[in-house]
Amino acid sequence: MAIDWQAFRLTIELAVVVSAILVVVGLPLAYWIAFSRRRWKFLVEALVALPIVLPPTVLGFYVLVALGSRSPLGRWWQAWTGHTLAFTFTGLVIGSILYSLPFAVQPFAASFSSVDRKLLAASATLGASPLRTFFRIVVPLSVHGLVAGVALAFAHTMGEFGVVLMVGGNIPGVTRTVSIGIYDQVQASNYASANAMALLLLVFCFGVLTLVYGLHRRTLHQATVNREVWAMGPVK
Amino acid sequence: MTKFRLLSRGLIAFLVLAPGLSIPRAESADREINVAAAADLSSALQEVAANYEKRTGVVVKLSFGASGALTQQIQNGAPVDVFFSADMDYPRQLIAGGQADGATLYRYAVGQLVLWVPQDSPLDVEHKGMDVLLDPSVKKISIANPQHAPYGRAAVAALKHYGLSEKLGERLVLGENVSQAAQFVESGNAQAGFVALAHAMAPAMQGKGRYWVVPAEAYPPLDQGVVLISHSPHPEDAAAFLGFMKTEEAAGMLRRYGFTSPDLKYKLK
Repeated sequence: MAIDWQAFRLTIELAVVVSAILVVVGLPLAYWIAFSRRRWKFLVEALVALPIVLPPTVLGFYVLVALGSRSPLGRWWQAWTGHTLAFTFTGLVIGSILYSLPFAVQPFAASFSSVDRKLLAASATLGASPLRTFFRIVVPLSVHGLVAGVALAFAHTMGEFGVVLMVGGNIPGVTRTVSIGIYDQVQASNYASANAMALLLLVFCFGVLTLVYGLHRRTLHQATVNREVWAMGPVK
Repeated sequence: MTKFRLLSRGLIAFLVLAPGLSIPRAESADREINVAAAADLSSALQEVAANYEKRTGVVVKLSFGASGALTQQIQNGAPVDVFFSADMDYPRQLIAGGQADGATLYRYAVGQLVLWVPQDSPLDVEHKGMDVLLDPSVKKISIANPQHAPYGRAAVAALKHYGLSEKLGERLVLGENVSQAAQFVESGNAQAGFVALAHAMAPAMQGKGRYWVVPAEAYPPLDQGVVLISHSPHPEDAAAFLGFMKTEEAAGMLRRYGFTSPDLKYKLK
Protein backbone atom coordinates (compact mmCIF):
# COMPACT_ATOMS: atom_id res chain seq x y z
CA MET A 1 0.00 0.00 0.00
CA ALA A 2 1.98 2.92 -1.29
CA ILE A 3 0.85 6.46 -0.83
CA ASP A 4 2.26 8.85 -3.37
CA TRP A 5 3.28 11.70 -1.04
CA GLN A 6 4.90 13.54 -3.90
CA ALA A 7 1.51 13.71 -5.60
CA PHE A 8 -0.07 15.13 -2.46
CA ARG A 9 2.57 17.80 -2.10
CA LEU A 10 2.22 18.68 -5.76
CA THR A 11 -1.56 18.86 -5.64
CA ILE A 12 -1.59 21.09 -2.55
CA GLU A 13 1.04 23.30 -4.15
CA LEU A 14 -1.08 23.55 -7.29
CA ALA A 15 -4.23 24.36 -5.33
CA VAL A 16 -2.46 27.05 -3.27
CA VAL A 17 -0.85 28.72 -6.29
CA VAL A 18 -4.09 28.64 -8.28
CA SER A 19 -6.17 30.01 -5.38
CA ALA A 20 -3.67 32.82 -4.81
CA ILE A 21 -3.64 33.81 -8.47
CA LEU A 22 -7.43 33.61 -8.59
CA VAL A 23 -7.62 36.11 -5.71
CA VAL A 24 -5.37 38.54 -7.59
CA VAL A 25 -7.12 38.06 -10.93
CA GLY A 26 -10.58 37.33 -9.57
CA LEU A 27 -11.04 40.36 -7.31
CA PRO A 28 -10.77 43.03 -10.03
CA LEU A 29 -12.75 40.88 -12.45
CA ALA A 30 -15.50 40.31 -9.88
CA TYR A 31 -15.48 44.02 -8.98
CA TRP A 32 -15.95 44.90 -12.61
CA ILE A 33 -18.77 42.36 -12.99
CA ALA A 34 -20.48 43.65 -9.83
CA PHE A 35 -20.25 47.37 -10.56
CA SER A 36 -19.80 47.86 -14.30
CA ARG A 37 -22.71 49.27 -16.29
CA ARG A 38 -21.39 48.18 -19.68
CA ARG A 39 -24.05 46.80 -21.96
CA TRP A 40 -21.94 43.79 -22.95
CA LYS A 41 -21.26 42.80 -19.37
CA PHE A 42 -23.47 39.73 -19.73
CA LEU A 43 -21.04 38.38 -22.34
CA VAL A 44 -18.18 38.50 -19.84
CA GLU A 45 -20.38 36.89 -17.21
CA ALA A 46 -21.27 34.06 -19.57
CA LEU A 47 -17.62 33.61 -20.50
CA VAL A 48 -16.56 33.43 -16.85
CA ALA A 49 -19.29 30.88 -16.09
CA LEU A 50 -18.39 28.70 -19.09
CA PRO A 51 -16.01 26.32 -17.24
CA ILE A 52 -18.91 25.30 -14.97
CA VAL A 53 -20.81 23.74 -17.85
CA LEU A 54 -17.94 22.73 -20.15
CA PRO A 55 -16.67 19.19 -19.64
CA PRO A 56 -13.12 19.36 -18.28
CA THR A 57 -11.99 17.30 -21.25
CA VAL A 58 -13.15 20.05 -23.62
CA LEU A 59 -11.33 22.65 -21.59
CA GLY A 60 -8.26 20.43 -21.38
CA PHE A 61 -8.34 19.77 -25.10
CA TYR A 62 -8.48 23.50 -25.91
CA VAL A 63 -5.71 24.25 -23.44
CA LEU A 64 -3.57 21.49 -24.95
CA VAL A 65 -4.10 22.78 -28.46
CA ALA A 66 -3.52 26.38 -27.35
CA LEU A 67 -0.27 25.46 -25.62
CA GLY A 68 0.98 23.33 -28.51
CA SER A 69 3.41 24.49 -31.17
CA ARG A 70 0.57 24.67 -33.71
CA SER A 71 -0.94 27.69 -31.96
CA PRO A 72 0.48 31.24 -31.95
CA LEU A 73 0.43 31.29 -28.14
CA GLY A 74 2.38 28.03 -27.92
CA ARG A 75 4.90 29.19 -30.52
CA TRP A 76 5.40 32.51 -28.76
CA TRP A 77 5.97 30.84 -25.42
CA GLN A 78 8.38 28.35 -26.98
CA ALA A 79 10.36 31.09 -28.67
CA TRP A 80 10.49 33.04 -25.43
CA THR A 81 11.33 30.27 -22.93
CA GLY A 82 12.68 27.49 -25.16
CA HIS A 83 10.24 24.86 -23.95
CA THR A 84 6.58 24.01 -24.31
CA LEU A 85 3.97 24.73 -21.66
CA ALA A 86 2.11 21.44 -21.78
CA PHE A 87 3.38 18.79 -19.37
CA THR A 88 4.76 21.44 -17.00
CA PHE A 89 3.58 22.72 -13.64
CA THR A 90 3.01 26.15 -15.21
CA GLY A 91 0.82 24.51 -17.84
CA LEU A 92 -1.26 22.88 -15.10
CA VAL A 93 -1.57 26.21 -13.30
CA ILE A 94 -2.89 27.88 -16.48
CA GLY A 95 -5.39 25.09 -17.09
CA SER A 96 -6.52 25.11 -13.45
CA ILE A 97 -6.98 28.89 -13.35
CA LEU A 98 -9.37 28.68 -16.29
CA TYR A 99 -11.07 25.64 -14.80
CA SER A 100 -11.61 27.15 -11.33
CA LEU A 101 -12.17 30.77 -12.39
CA PRO A 102 -15.98 30.82 -11.98
CA PHE A 103 -15.74 29.13 -8.59
CA ALA A 104 -13.79 32.12 -7.28
CA VAL A 105 -15.25 34.97 -9.33
CA GLN A 106 -18.93 34.17 -8.91
CA PRO A 107 -18.98 34.20 -5.07
CA PHE A 108 -16.73 37.30 -5.15
CA ALA A 109 -19.06 39.15 -7.51
CA ALA A 110 -22.20 38.05 -5.68
CA SER A 111 -20.90 39.35 -2.37
CA PHE A 112 -19.69 42.62 -3.94
CA SER A 113 -23.15 43.16 -5.41
CA SER A 114 -24.78 42.73 -2.03
CA VAL A 115 -22.80 45.60 -0.50
CA ASP A 116 -25.10 48.56 0.17
CA ARG A 117 -24.37 51.18 -2.52
CA LYS A 118 -25.17 53.99 -0.07
CA LEU A 119 -22.10 53.08 1.94
CA LEU A 120 -19.96 53.38 -1.17
CA ALA A 121 -21.48 56.78 -1.91
CA ALA A 122 -20.92 57.86 1.69
CA SER A 123 -17.30 56.75 1.54
CA ALA A 124 -16.81 58.69 -1.69
CA THR A 125 -18.39 61.86 -0.32
CA LEU A 126 -16.04 61.62 2.67
CA GLY A 127 -13.19 61.85 0.18
CA ALA A 128 -12.00 58.24 0.07
CA SER A 129 -10.48 57.03 -3.20
CA PRO A 130 -12.20 54.10 -4.94
CA LEU A 131 -9.27 51.87 -3.94
CA ARG A 132 -9.56 52.92 -0.30
CA THR A 133 -13.33 52.39 -0.41
CA PHE A 134 -12.74 48.96 -1.90
CA PHE A 135 -10.39 47.82 0.84
CA ARG A 136 -12.09 49.61 3.77
CA ILE A 137 -15.78 49.10 2.85
CA VAL A 138 -16.32 46.55 0.09
CA VAL A 139 -13.87 43.85 1.19
CA PRO A 140 -14.80 43.82 4.90
CA LEU A 141 -18.50 43.70 4.07
CA SER A 142 -18.17 40.85 1.59
CA VAL A 143 -15.64 38.78 3.44
CA HIS A 144 -17.89 35.71 3.60
CA GLY A 145 -18.14 35.65 -0.20
CA LEU A 146 -14.40 36.03 -0.52
CA VAL A 147 -13.77 33.16 1.88
CA ALA A 148 -16.27 30.99 0.05
CA GLY A 149 -14.69 31.84 -3.32
CA VAL A 150 -11.17 30.99 -2.18
CA ALA A 151 -12.32 27.78 -0.48
CA LEU A 152 -14.23 26.69 -3.57
CA ALA A 153 -11.34 27.48 -5.91
CA PHE A 154 -8.96 25.58 -3.67
CA ALA A 155 -11.21 22.54 -3.32
CA HIS A 156 -12.08 22.53 -7.01
CA THR A 157 -8.40 22.55 -7.97
CA MET A 158 -7.60 19.80 -5.46
CA GLY A 159 -10.15 17.56 -7.12
CA GLU A 160 -9.38 18.48 -10.71
CA PHE A 161 -8.97 15.51 -13.03
CA GLY A 162 -10.01 15.94 -16.64
CA VAL A 163 -7.91 18.98 -17.45
CA VAL A 164 -4.82 17.48 -15.80
CA LEU A 165 -5.36 14.23 -17.68
CA MET A 166 -5.47 16.13 -20.97
CA VAL A 167 -2.52 18.48 -20.51
CA GLY A 168 -0.45 16.94 -17.72
CA GLY A 169 1.33 13.98 -19.26
CA ASN A 170 1.44 12.19 -15.89
CA ILE A 171 5.00 13.13 -14.90
CA PRO A 172 5.85 12.16 -11.30
CA GLY A 173 6.56 15.24 -9.20
CA VAL A 174 5.64 17.64 -12.00
CA THR A 175 2.14 16.92 -13.22
CA ARG A 176 1.03 13.71 -11.52
CA THR A 177 -1.60 15.03 -9.13
CA VAL A 178 -3.41 12.94 -6.54
CA SER A 179 -6.48 12.42 -8.70
CA ILE A 180 -4.30 11.14 -11.57
CA GLY A 181 -2.32 8.98 -9.15
CA ILE A 182 -5.51 7.43 -7.81
CA TYR A 183 -6.78 6.84 -11.34
CA ASP A 184 -3.52 5.08 -12.24
CA GLN A 185 -3.70 2.86 -9.19
CA VAL A 186 -7.29 1.88 -10.00
CA GLN A 187 -6.41 1.17 -13.65
CA ALA A 188 -3.55 -1.03 -12.48
CA SER A 189 -5.95 -2.79 -10.03
CA ASN A 190 -3.92 -1.63 -7.01
CA TYR A 191 -7.06 -1.03 -5.00
CA ALA A 192 -5.26 -0.84 -1.64
CA SER A 193 -3.14 2.12 -2.74
CA ALA A 194 -6.06 3.76 -4.50
CA ASN A 195 -8.15 3.38 -1.37
CA ALA A 196 -5.49 4.80 0.92
CA MET A 197 -4.87 7.83 -1.31
CA ALA A 198 -8.56 8.46 -1.89
CA LEU A 199 -9.29 8.34 1.82
CA LEU A 200 -6.40 10.65 2.60
CA LEU A 201 -7.61 13.14 -0.02
CA LEU A 202 -11.11 12.99 1.38
CA VAL A 203 -9.94 13.58 4.94
CA PHE A 204 -7.62 16.39 3.89
CA CYS A 205 -10.26 18.22 1.83
CA PHE A 206 -12.83 17.81 4.57
CA GLY A 207 -10.31 19.16 7.08
CA VAL A 208 -9.49 22.21 4.97
CA LEU A 209 -13.13 23.02 4.33
CA THR A 210 -14.04 22.51 7.99
CA LEU A 211 -11.25 24.84 9.00
CA VAL A 212 -12.27 27.51 6.49
CA TYR A 213 -15.97 27.41 7.33
CA GLY A 214 -15.23 27.12 11.06
CA LEU A 215 -13.02 30.21 11.04
CA HIS A 216 -15.54 31.95 8.86
CA ARG A 217 -18.29 31.24 11.38
CA ARG A 218 -16.20 32.75 14.14
CA THR A 219 -15.45 35.92 12.18
CA LEU A 220 -19.12 36.20 11.27
CA HIS A 221 -20.04 35.89 14.92
CA GLN A 222 -17.42 38.51 15.78
CA ALA A 223 -18.83 40.83 13.13
CA THR A 224 -22.34 40.44 14.51
CA VAL A 225 -21.16 41.28 18.01
CA ASN A 226 -19.33 44.35 16.71
CA ARG A 227 -22.40 45.49 14.86
CA GLU A 228 -24.60 45.07 17.93
CA VAL A 229 -22.18 47.07 20.04
CA TRP A 230 -22.11 49.71 17.32
CA ALA A 231 -25.92 49.76 17.15
CA MET A 232 -26.15 50.60 20.84
CA GLY A 233 -24.58 53.86 19.98
CA PRO A 234 -21.65 55.73 21.45
CA VAL A 235 -21.08 55.07 25.14
CA LYS A 236 -21.86 58.13 27.20
CA MET B 1 -60.85 16.70 -9.21
CA THR B 2 -58.49 19.60 -9.31
CA LYS B 3 -56.22 20.14 -12.22
CA PHE B 4 -53.21 19.50 -10.04
CA ARG B 5 -54.43 16.09 -8.95
CA LEU B 6 -55.27 15.13 -12.48
CA LEU B 7 -51.81 16.15 -13.56
CA SER B 8 -50.09 14.31 -10.76
CA ARG B 9 -52.08 11.15 -11.41
CA GLY B 10 -51.20 11.36 -15.07
CA LEU B 11 -47.58 11.75 -14.12
CA ILE B 12 -47.67 8.73 -11.83
CA ALA B 13 -49.40 6.66 -14.51
CA PHE B 14 -46.72 7.71 -16.97
CA LEU B 15 -43.91 6.81 -14.61
CA VAL B 16 -45.43 3.41 -13.95
CA LEU B 17 -46.17 2.63 -17.58
CA ALA B 18 -43.21 4.24 -19.31
CA PRO B 19 -40.61 1.58 -18.45
CA GLY B 20 -43.02 -1.10 -19.69
CA LEU B 21 -43.52 0.78 -22.94
CA SER B 22 -39.84 1.09 -23.67
CA ILE B 23 -38.96 -2.59 -23.24
CA PRO B 24 -40.21 -3.99 -26.55
CA ARG B 25 -38.36 -1.28 -28.45
CA ALA B 26 -35.09 -2.18 -26.72
CA GLU B 27 -35.62 -5.85 -27.51
CA SER B 28 -36.19 -5.34 -31.20
CA ALA B 29 -32.75 -3.72 -31.53
CA ASP B 30 -31.06 -6.43 -29.54
CA ARG B 31 -28.77 -7.67 -32.29
CA GLU B 32 -25.72 -5.91 -31.00
CA ILE B 33 -22.46 -6.71 -29.29
CA ASN B 34 -20.27 -4.56 -27.12
CA VAL B 35 -16.60 -4.67 -27.94
CA ALA B 36 -13.85 -3.24 -25.74
CA ALA B 37 -10.63 -2.83 -27.67
CA ALA B 38 -7.08 -1.62 -27.18
CA ALA B 39 -6.47 1.94 -28.35
CA ASP B 40 -4.19 0.87 -31.20
CA LEU B 41 -7.22 -0.69 -32.90
CA SER B 42 -9.20 2.54 -32.94
CA SER B 43 -9.13 2.93 -36.72
CA ALA B 44 -8.71 -0.65 -37.90
CA LEU B 45 -11.50 -2.16 -35.85
CA GLN B 46 -13.93 0.55 -36.93
CA GLU B 47 -13.47 -0.60 -40.50
CA VAL B 48 -13.84 -4.25 -39.54
CA ALA B 49 -16.95 -3.51 -37.49
CA ALA B 50 -18.56 -1.44 -40.26
CA ASN B 51 -18.00 -4.31 -42.70
CA TYR B 52 -19.38 -6.83 -40.29
CA GLU B 53 -22.46 -4.73 -39.58
CA LYS B 54 -23.21 -4.37 -43.26
CA ARG B 55 -22.97 -8.10 -43.73
CA THR B 56 -24.83 -9.44 -40.70
CA GLY B 57 -26.95 -6.60 -39.39
CA VAL B 58 -25.41 -7.08 -35.96
CA VAL B 59 -24.41 -3.72 -34.53
CA VAL B 60 -20.87 -3.72 -33.16
CA LYS B 61 -20.47 -1.12 -30.44
CA LEU B 62 -16.85 -0.20 -29.91
CA SER B 63 -15.12 1.36 -26.96
CA PHE B 64 -11.39 1.99 -26.91
CA GLY B 65 -8.90 2.45 -24.12
CA ALA B 66 -5.69 1.20 -22.60
CA SER B 67 -5.82 -2.59 -22.33
CA GLY B 68 -5.15 -2.47 -18.59
CA ALA B 69 -7.89 0.10 -18.05
CA LEU B 70 -10.40 -1.98 -20.03
CA THR B 71 -9.41 -5.13 -18.13
CA GLN B 72 -10.08 -3.36 -14.88
CA GLN B 73 -13.48 -2.21 -16.16
CA ILE B 74 -14.41 -5.74 -17.25
CA GLN B 75 -13.32 -7.12 -13.88
CA ASN B 76 -15.79 -4.71 -12.34
CA GLY B 77 -18.65 -5.85 -14.49
CA ALA B 78 -18.53 -3.59 -17.55
CA PRO B 79 -21.10 -4.84 -20.09
CA VAL B 80 -18.63 -6.20 -22.63
CA ASP B 81 -19.00 -9.22 -24.92
CA VAL B 82 -15.60 -9.30 -26.62
CA PHE B 83 -12.28 -7.89 -25.44
CA PHE B 84 -9.42 -7.12 -27.83
CA SER B 85 -6.26 -6.54 -25.85
CA ALA B 86 -2.93 -5.19 -27.07
CA ASP B 87 -1.17 -8.05 -25.32
CA MET B 88 -1.85 -11.59 -24.15
CA ASP B 89 -1.44 -11.00 -20.42
CA TYR B 90 -4.59 -9.01 -19.78
CA PRO B 91 -6.89 -11.60 -21.43
CA ARG B 92 -5.08 -14.27 -19.39
CA GLN B 93 -5.73 -12.25 -16.23
CA LEU B 94 -9.43 -12.21 -17.05
CA ILE B 95 -9.40 -15.95 -17.76
CA ALA B 96 -7.63 -16.62 -14.47
CA GLY B 97 -10.26 -14.55 -12.66
CA GLY B 98 -13.11 -16.41 -14.36
CA GLN B 99 -14.27 -13.31 -16.24
CA ALA B 100 -13.31 -14.64 -19.67
CA ASP B 101 -13.55 -17.97 -21.46
CA GLY B 102 -10.05 -19.45 -21.81
CA ALA B 103 -11.07 -21.65 -24.74
CA THR B 104 -11.77 -18.57 -26.88
CA LEU B 105 -8.38 -16.84 -26.46
CA TYR B 106 -7.03 -16.08 -29.92
CA ARG B 107 -4.00 -14.15 -31.08
CA TYR B 108 -5.54 -11.96 -33.75
CA ALA B 109 -2.60 -9.74 -34.60
CA VAL B 110 0.88 -8.63 -33.72
CA GLY B 111 1.28 -4.90 -33.19
CA GLN B 112 4.26 -2.81 -34.16
CA LEU B 113 5.80 0.10 -32.33
CA VAL B 114 6.91 3.15 -34.28
CA LEU B 115 8.70 6.36 -33.39
CA TRP B 116 6.52 9.12 -34.75
CA VAL B 117 7.28 12.81 -35.32
CA PRO B 118 5.08 15.57 -36.79
CA GLN B 119 5.25 16.03 -40.56
CA ASP B 120 6.94 19.44 -40.29
CA SER B 121 9.48 18.31 -37.72
CA PRO B 122 13.14 18.95 -38.61
CA LEU B 123 14.01 15.50 -37.25
CA ASP B 124 15.05 12.93 -39.84
CA VAL B 125 13.36 10.07 -38.09
CA GLU B 126 13.13 7.81 -41.15
CA HIS B 127 16.92 7.51 -41.41
CA LYS B 128 18.23 8.26 -37.95
CA GLY B 129 15.67 6.31 -35.96
CA MET B 130 16.16 6.40 -32.22
CA ASP B 131 19.05 8.86 -32.48
CA VAL B 132 16.67 11.74 -33.20
CA LEU B 133 15.55 11.53 -29.57
CA LEU B 134 18.97 12.88 -28.50
CA ASP B 135 18.42 16.02 -30.56
CA PRO B 136 18.21 19.06 -28.24
CA SER B 137 14.99 20.19 -29.92
CA VAL B 138 13.25 17.12 -28.49
CA LYS B 139 11.95 18.35 -25.14
CA LYS B 140 9.13 15.91 -24.62
CA ILE B 141 8.68 12.34 -25.82
CA SER B 142 5.22 10.87 -25.39
CA ILE B 143 4.61 7.22 -24.61
CA ALA B 144 1.54 5.35 -23.41
CA ASN B 145 1.36 4.79 -19.67
CA PRO B 146 3.40 1.59 -19.14
CA GLN B 147 1.41 0.86 -16.00
CA HIS B 148 -1.62 -0.21 -17.96
CA ALA B 149 -0.82 0.10 -21.68
CA PRO B 150 1.18 -2.61 -23.49
CA TYR B 151 2.52 -0.09 -26.03
CA GLY B 152 3.88 1.93 -23.14
CA ARG B 153 5.73 -1.13 -21.89
CA ALA B 154 7.06 -1.77 -25.39
CA ALA B 155 8.31 1.83 -25.59
CA VAL B 156 10.05 1.56 -22.23
CA ALA B 157 11.67 -1.70 -23.33
CA ALA B 158 12.84 -0.16 -26.61
CA LEU B 159 14.40 2.85 -24.84
CA LYS B 160 16.20 0.45 -22.55
CA HIS B 161 17.33 -1.69 -25.46
CA TYR B 162 19.06 1.31 -27.02
CA GLY B 163 20.48 2.43 -23.69
CA LEU B 164 18.46 5.66 -23.73
CA SER B 165 16.29 5.21 -20.61
CA GLU B 166 18.63 7.11 -18.30
CA LYS B 167 19.29 9.94 -20.73
CA LEU B 168 15.70 10.48 -21.77
CA GLY B 169 13.75 9.48 -18.65
CA GLU B 170 13.08 13.09 -17.74
CA ARG B 171 11.63 13.91 -21.14
CA LEU B 172 8.96 11.23 -21.11
CA VAL B 173 5.33 12.20 -20.82
CA LEU B 174 2.64 9.58 -20.37
CA GLY B 175 -0.55 9.39 -22.37
CA GLU B 176 -3.49 7.60 -20.79
CA ASN B 177 -3.27 5.16 -23.69
CA VAL B 178 -1.37 4.93 -26.96
CA SER B 179 -3.93 7.12 -28.77
CA GLN B 180 -3.32 9.96 -26.34
CA ALA B 181 0.43 9.51 -26.79
CA ALA B 182 -0.15 10.04 -30.52
CA GLN B 183 -2.39 13.01 -29.85
CA PHE B 184 0.30 14.70 -27.73
CA VAL B 185 2.58 14.60 -30.78
CA GLU B 186 -0.13 15.58 -33.24
CA SER B 187 -1.07 18.66 -31.20
CA GLY B 188 2.57 19.74 -31.23
CA ASN B 189 3.11 19.41 -27.49
CA ALA B 190 5.54 16.52 -27.69
CA GLN B 191 8.22 16.55 -30.39
CA ALA B 192 8.24 12.78 -30.78
CA GLY B 193 6.28 9.84 -29.50
CA PHE B 194 6.13 6.07 -29.47
CA VAL B 195 2.83 5.07 -31.03
CA ALA B 196 1.30 2.09 -32.78
CA LEU B 197 2.09 1.61 -36.45
CA ALA B 198 -1.69 1.43 -36.77
CA HIS B 199 -1.87 5.10 -35.76
CA ALA B 200 0.82 6.16 -38.19
CA MET B 201 -0.94 4.31 -41.00
CA ALA B 202 -4.51 5.39 -40.19
CA PRO B 203 -6.15 7.45 -42.96
CA ALA B 204 -6.82 10.31 -40.55
CA MET B 205 -3.11 10.60 -39.78
CA GLN B 206 -1.89 10.72 -43.37
CA GLY B 207 0.25 13.79 -44.00
CA LYS B 208 0.43 14.56 -40.29
CA GLY B 209 3.52 12.66 -39.32
CA ARG B 210 6.57 10.64 -40.33
CA TYR B 211 7.75 7.51 -38.60
CA TRP B 212 10.41 4.90 -38.08
CA VAL B 213 9.42 1.32 -37.30
CA VAL B 214 11.21 0.22 -34.14
CA PRO B 215 12.95 -3.10 -34.94
CA ALA B 216 11.20 -6.11 -33.44
CA GLU B 217 14.24 -7.19 -31.40
CA ALA B 218 14.08 -3.97 -29.34
CA TYR B 219 10.98 -4.97 -27.37
CA PRO B 220 9.02 -8.12 -26.51
CA PRO B 221 6.52 -8.88 -29.30
CA LEU B 222 3.19 -7.12 -29.05
CA ASP B 223 1.14 -10.27 -29.43
CA GLN B 224 -2.45 -9.15 -29.24
CA GLY B 225 -5.15 -11.46 -27.91
CA VAL B 226 -8.93 -11.42 -28.13
CA VAL B 227 -11.20 -13.26 -25.74
CA LEU B 228 -14.93 -13.71 -25.12
CA ILE B 229 -16.19 -12.40 -21.80
CA SER B 230 -17.99 -14.91 -19.56
CA HIS B 231 -20.85 -12.69 -18.42
CA SER B 232 -21.58 -11.64 -22.01
CA PRO B 233 -25.30 -11.12 -22.58
CA HIS B 234 -24.90 -11.94 -26.30
CA PRO B 235 -22.69 -15.04 -26.41
CA GLU B 236 -23.78 -16.31 -29.86
CA ASP B 237 -23.37 -13.00 -31.64
CA ALA B 238 -20.05 -12.45 -29.88
CA ALA B 239 -18.75 -15.87 -30.94
CA ALA B 240 -19.84 -15.20 -34.51
CA PHE B 241 -17.91 -11.91 -34.53
CA LEU B 242 -14.83 -13.65 -33.16
CA GLY B 243 -15.22 -16.22 -35.98
CA PHE B 244 -15.20 -13.37 -38.48
CA MET B 245 -11.97 -12.02 -36.94
CA LYS B 246 -10.29 -15.32 -37.82
CA THR B 247 -11.10 -15.04 -41.51
CA GLU B 248 -8.50 -13.98 -44.04
CA GLU B 249 -10.68 -11.02 -44.92
CA ALA B 250 -10.58 -9.53 -41.41
CA ALA B 251 -6.87 -10.29 -41.12
CA GLY B 252 -6.35 -8.44 -44.40
CA MET B 253 -8.09 -5.35 -43.04
CA LEU B 254 -5.87 -5.39 -39.95
CA ARG B 255 -2.78 -5.78 -42.14
CA ARG B 256 -3.68 -2.62 -43.99
CA TYR B 257 -3.32 -0.82 -40.67
CA GLY B 258 0.13 -2.18 -40.05
CA PHE B 259 -0.71 -5.21 -37.94
CA THR B 260 1.16 -8.40 -38.69
CA SER B 261 -1.08 -11.40 -39.11
CA PRO B 262 -0.59 -14.00 -36.43
CA ASP B 263 1.95 -16.59 -37.41
CA LEU B 264 0.05 -19.82 -37.16
CA LYS B 265 3.22 -21.88 -37.06
CA TYR B 266 3.62 -21.48 -33.32
CA LYS B 267 0.59 -22.04 -31.19
CA LEU B 268 -0.46 -20.19 -28.11
CA LYS B 269 -0.68 -21.51 -24.59
